Amino acid sequence: MLYREAGQFKSTYAQDQQIFPIRQDRIAIAMLLGFAFVVVPLIGDQYWLSALITPFLIFALAALGLNILTGYAGQLSLGTAAFMAVGAFMTYNFVLRVPWLGIVPSMILAGLCAAAVGILFGLPSLRIKGFYLAVATLACQFFVLWALQRFGWFTNYSSSGVITAQQIVIFGVAFDTPAEKYLFTLTVVAVMALAAKNLMRSETGRAFMAVRDMDVAASVIGIPMMKTKLLAFAISSFYCGVAGALHAFCYLGTVEPEAYTLDLSFRILFMVIIGGVGSILGCFLGAAFITLFPIFLSVASSWLSHLLGVEISHATVSNLELIIFGGLIIFFLIVEPNGLARLWQIAKEKLRLWPFPH
Amino acid sequence: MKRSTLAIAALAFAAAASPAAAQNEQFIPANFYWVGPYAPGGSGFGGGMIDYFAMINERDGGINGVKLTWEKCETEYRNDRGVECYERSKKKGPTGAHPLSTGITYSLIEKATADKIPVISMGYGRTDAADGRVFPYIFPLITTYWSQNTAKIKFIGQKEGGMDKLQGKKIVNIYHDSAYGKETIPVLDAQAKKYGFQVTHIAVPHPGNEQQSQWLQVRQIRPDWVILRGWGVMNPTALKAAAKVGFPRTKIVGVWWSGAEEDVIPAGDAAKGYIAAGFNLPGTNFPVMQDVLKHVYKKGKGDLEDNARVGSIYHTRGIVAGIITTEAIRTAQARFGKGKPMTGEQVRWGIEHLNIDDKRLKELGATGLMQSLKVSCMDHEGGGAVKFLQWDGRKWNVITDWIASDQSLVRPMIEASAAQYAKEKGLTPRDCSKEK
Amino acid sequence: MPIEVIFFIEVLAGGLLAGVMYALVALGFVLIYKASGVFNFAQGAMVFFAALTFVSLLKLGWNFWLALLATLAVMVALGVVTERVVLRPLVNQPQITLFMATIGLTFVLEGLSQLLWGSQPHGLELGIPDVPMEWLSQKWNINISQFDLFAAFIAGLLVAVLAVFFQKTRIGRALRAVADDHQAALAVGIPLQHIWAIVWGVAGAVALVAGLMWGVRNGVQFALTFVALKALPVLLIGGFESIPGAIIGGLIIGATEKLAEVYFGPMVGGGIESWFAYVVALLFLLVRPEGLFGEKHIDRV
Repeated sequence: MLYREAGQFKSTYAQDQQIFPIRQDRIAIAMLLGFAFVVVPLIGDQYWLSALITPFLIFALAALGLNILTGYAGQLSLGTAAFMAVGAFMTYNFVLRVPWLGIVPSMILAGLCAAAVGILFGLPSLRIKGFYLAVATLACQFFVLWALQRFGWFTNYSSSGVITAQQIVIFGVAFDTPAEKYLFTLTVVAVMALAAKNLMRSETGRAFMAVRDMDVAASVIGIPMMKTKLLAFAISSFYCGVAGALHAFCYLGTVEPEAYTLDLSFRILFMVIIGGVGSILGCFLGAAFITLFPIFLSVASSWLSHLLGVEISHATVSNLELIIFGGLIIFFLIVEPNGLARLWQIAKEKLRLWPFPH
Repeated sequence: MKRSTLAIAALAFAAAASPAAAQNEQFIPANFYWVGPYAPGGSGFGGGMIDYFAMINERDGGINGVKLTWEKCETEYRNDRGVECYERSKKKGPTGAHPLSTGITYSLIEKATADKIPVISMGYGRTDAADGRVFPYIFPLITTYWSQNTAKIKFIGQKEGGMDKLQGKKIVNIYHDSAYGKETIPVLDAQAKKYGFQVTHIAVPHPGNEQQSQWLQVRQIRPDWVILRGWGVMNPTALKAAAKVGFPRTKIVGVWWSGAEEDVIPAGDAAKGYIAAGFNLPGTNFPVMQDVLKHVYKKGKGDLEDNARVGSIYHTRGIVAGIITTEAIRTAQARFGKGKPMTGEQVRWGIEHLNIDDKRLKELGATGLMQSLKVSCMDHEGGGAVKFLQWDGRKWNVITDWIASDQSLVRPMIEASAAQYAKEKGLTPRDCSKEK
Repeated sequence: MPIEVIFFIEVLAGGLLAGVMYALVALGFVLIYKASGVFNFAQGAMVFFAALTFVSLLKLGWNFWLALLATLAVMVALGVVTERVVLRPLVNQPQITLFMATIGLTFVLEGLSQLLWGSQPHGLELGIPDVPMEWLSQKWNINISQFDLFAAFIAGLLVAVLAVFFQKTRIGRALRAVADDHQAALAVGIPLQHIWAIVWGVAGAVALVAGLMWGVRNGVQFALTFVALKALPVLLIGGFESIPGAIIGGLIIGATEKLAEVYFGPMVGGGIESWFAYVVALLFLLVRPEGLFGEKHIDRV
C-alpha cells in the first residue's frame, strides 16, 4: 500500500537507470542521510560516536573493499587487514613527510599504495583459485605486517614502533572532536559507497561478476582475465587502504601493526559473508552486526548480572560471549546463507505487496 | 533482525548508562581480559586489584568512608575493545584507568589527556611518559622497560663479578617481534657501548610458538647470557627450546612479563633455574595478603575462583596496583577533601604526589611486596628498581635485593624521546617548578 | 666434522622434525577436506580442546590411559555433533559458507574449552624429555631432540594406521569412495552422512594426537590454536586432499623455513618465519596450482 510504484513513470533513460528507482526509496535514503549528517552529530554522545558509530562506518568501508574482491569478483582474500595497515602507515608517512599535501590527498595516495600492494599480491590469482588463493593471500598478510615492523622508515624510527596519528586539518579547520571525526568518516564512506555502487553497475562490475561466476567462459567471450582480476584487487585494496587510514586517524588514534592482524581480516570476511556477498547494503548490515553485537552482548551480560544480583565470574561471562557469538554466526549461515541483505530484500518484497496477499 | 537488536542494545545502554555515580562512591574501571591467550595474566591482575579494593571496603569501610566500586569490561587484549571499554566506563566517572596492555595504553594517551583521566600503565606502556612534563596524565609507575633493562644488566654484571667484567661478554636479546619487544633494543645497544659487551638481537615472530631456529642461532653464537623478552606462549616455548639445544636456563634472564607462574609451568622441568625480574613478589605471607585472605576470601568474596592462584605473581601485581590506586586517592582526598569522591583531575594530582615510603609500606603491610615509591611531576616512574627471582620447579624464590636502575643512562633517553613527541604534537611541556 | 656442517645438519634435522609436527596438524585438515569438501578451520581449536581436556583430566587425578580414552571419546563425539549440527544444515552451500561456519565453530570451541577447564596454562609430559639425544650429542656434537624424534615416530605410526584403515577396512574403502565422488558413492548405497560423521570423529582423534605432541612442545594453553596457521602452508604445498602430500609438504616447509630463518634471517633483521612458509607455498602454487598431490580442478564451461 505504501510501497507501490504505481503512478511513477520514467520518461528518460537516466531516470530508468537510477540507483533508487522507486520514489519511496529515494525519500527514505534522503531522510537517512539527513539524519546521519545533521541529527546524529547533534544528539550523539561521545561514547556512541567514538566507540560505536565511527568504527561501524570504517569497517563497513573495509567490508565494501573486500566485497568488491570476494563478493563481486569471486577472489577469496584473507589479506584485508594488511591493506588497511598499508593505508594507515602510508597516510601517516605522507602527512609527515609531505605536509603540504593535506590529509585527503594523502589518504588517496596511501590508498593507491595499498592498491599497488594489492596488485602485487593479486598476481597469484591468475594461476590459483578458491581456497588456495585465500591461503596464498595470507602470505600478503604476514609479509606486509613483518615489513611494517622491520623497516623503521614506516614508523619514523620510533623506538616503540607505535606512532600516533596526526591531527586532521582540512583548509585550516581541525577535526578534533568525535562529532567532527564522525562527519569526516561519514563523508568519505558515503562518497566511496556511492562510487562502489555505481562501479558495480557498470561494465567493470559486470566483468567482475562474470569472472566470479565462470571465469573460463568469461575469458572465452573476451573479458581480459588479468586486467579484470588485477583491477578487482586494486580497487578492493584502495578501499581497504582508505578504511585503514580512517581507522588510524579517526578511531584509534595510533598506528601499529598489531592492530591489523589476521583476526581483523577474518572479522571483515565475516561482515561480508553475514551481510551478504555481492551486496553493497550487505556490507553495512554485516559491519553493524559484527561491530555492535559483541558490545551489546557485553553490556547485556553486565546489565543482566546487575538485574539478577548474581555475581557471575567474568571469565564465564566472557567465554559465554565468545560461544554465543560463534554460535550466532553458524546460526546465521544456516538460516540465511545469502546474508542479511537477502533478508532485507525479502522484507522489501513483502512490503511491496502489503497489505495484499499477492 | 538487526533493528530489534539495536533497539534492545539501546535499552541496555540506557539502563547501563543511568546515573550510577551515587554519593560517596569512587568508581574504578576494571577493563581487563579474561579470554584468549593472555587470560591468565588479565584475570590474575584484575583479580588482585579487585580483591584489594574489596578488602579496603570490608576492613576500612572504604577510603575515609568513600566506598570503592568497579565494573569489569572485557577487552580481549584488543585495542578497539580497550578503547570501547574505556569510553563506556568513562560515563561512570573512572579514576585511573589500568589498561594492562601497551597497545591500549598508546590508544588512550590522547583521549585520556583530553578527558582529564589519568592512565596508570604500571610496568608497561609508553616508557617516555616517565617524563611527566610532556605526559601529565600518563603514569608508567614503579618501573619502565628501560629502567628494568639497566637493572638487568647490573644483575648480570653482579653475577659476572663486577660491571667491568662485562667487557667482551656476549649477550643475546631474544625478543617478541612487536612494539613491546623492540622497546629495549636502543637501551641495550647504549649499554653495550658503555660496558663493552656484545649484544645480538634475535626476533621471534608472534605468537612465538616455534623458536627452534632462533635458539639454534643462540647455540651458534654461544652467548654468556640470554635476555628473554617474551609474552604469552613465547615464554615456555623459549625455555623448552633452550633445553632442546642444551642452553642452561640459569643463564636466561627474563623481563617481568616473562616471569609469572603461567610462563614457566607449561615448560615443566625445562624451566628450572630460569631467572626473571619482578617489581612485585609472590606469596601470601605479607600482612596485606593475610588481610585480603581474612576479609575477602574467608567471606567468599574473592575474585579468583581458583584459590591456589592467590599469591601468584599476577595476583600480587594486581594487589600492588590496588595499593597504588587507593593511596593515590587517599593523597588526593587529603588535599581536596577527605571523604569526598575525587574527580579525574584530582586523582591525577594524587598520583603525581604519591609518596609511599618504607614507613607507609609497613603500615600497609606491603614491606617486601613492592618497593617504596615517590612520584613527582618530572618523574612519573617513581621507583625504578627490580628484584630477581629464580624458578625452582615449584615456586619463585627471591635471589637478590632491590637492584636500582641506571637513571643516568635512561633518563636522558626518556627526555629526548618525550621532547620529540612534544615537538611532533606541538605541545609545550609543563614547567614543574611552577606547579604546586 | 667442521662446525658449520654440524650446525647445518642440526638446522636441517630440526626443520624436518618441526615439519612433521606441522604435518600432524595438517592431517586433520586433509581428512575432512578429502571426505566432505569442507576446509575445517576449527582444526586448531580442536587440537587445543583435545589437549586441554586430556591435561585437565590428568590434573583431576585420572589414570593416563583412562584419560586418553576418555578424551578420545570426547573428540569423536565432538566430531559427530559438529557434523550433525553445523554441517548437515549447510550441506549444499558454497565452500566459503562452510568455511565461515567452521570459523564460527572455532569461536565456540575456544570459549567452551576455557569455560569448562579454565584459562590457566598447563604443562604436559609424556615421559620423553625434550633434550638432545645423548649419544649423538657426545659422539658427533650434534643436538637432535629426543622428543622430536619420538613425535616423528608417532606421526609415522599415525599415518600407517590411517593408511591401513583406509585400505583394508570396509569403512575406509567407503571413505575413499566418498572422497572420490559423492554422487557415485550415494548411488552405490554408501550412507553419506554416517561417513561424514566418522570422518569428523577420526579428525578429532588426529587432533588429539597433534594436541598431545604440540602440548609437550609449547605447553597446553590458548596459543595452541595458532598451530593451525602453521599447517596451512603445508596444505598448500601438499594439496588439500592428500595425506602423503601433507607429510611431504610438512617436511619441505619445515626444512626451508628453518634454513631460511637461520641463514637469511639475520640479513633482513630476522623474524621472517612468520611469512616465509607462506611465500614458499605461494611460489610453489604458481608452478603447481593444486599442490603436489592435490586433485586437478577441471572447469567446465
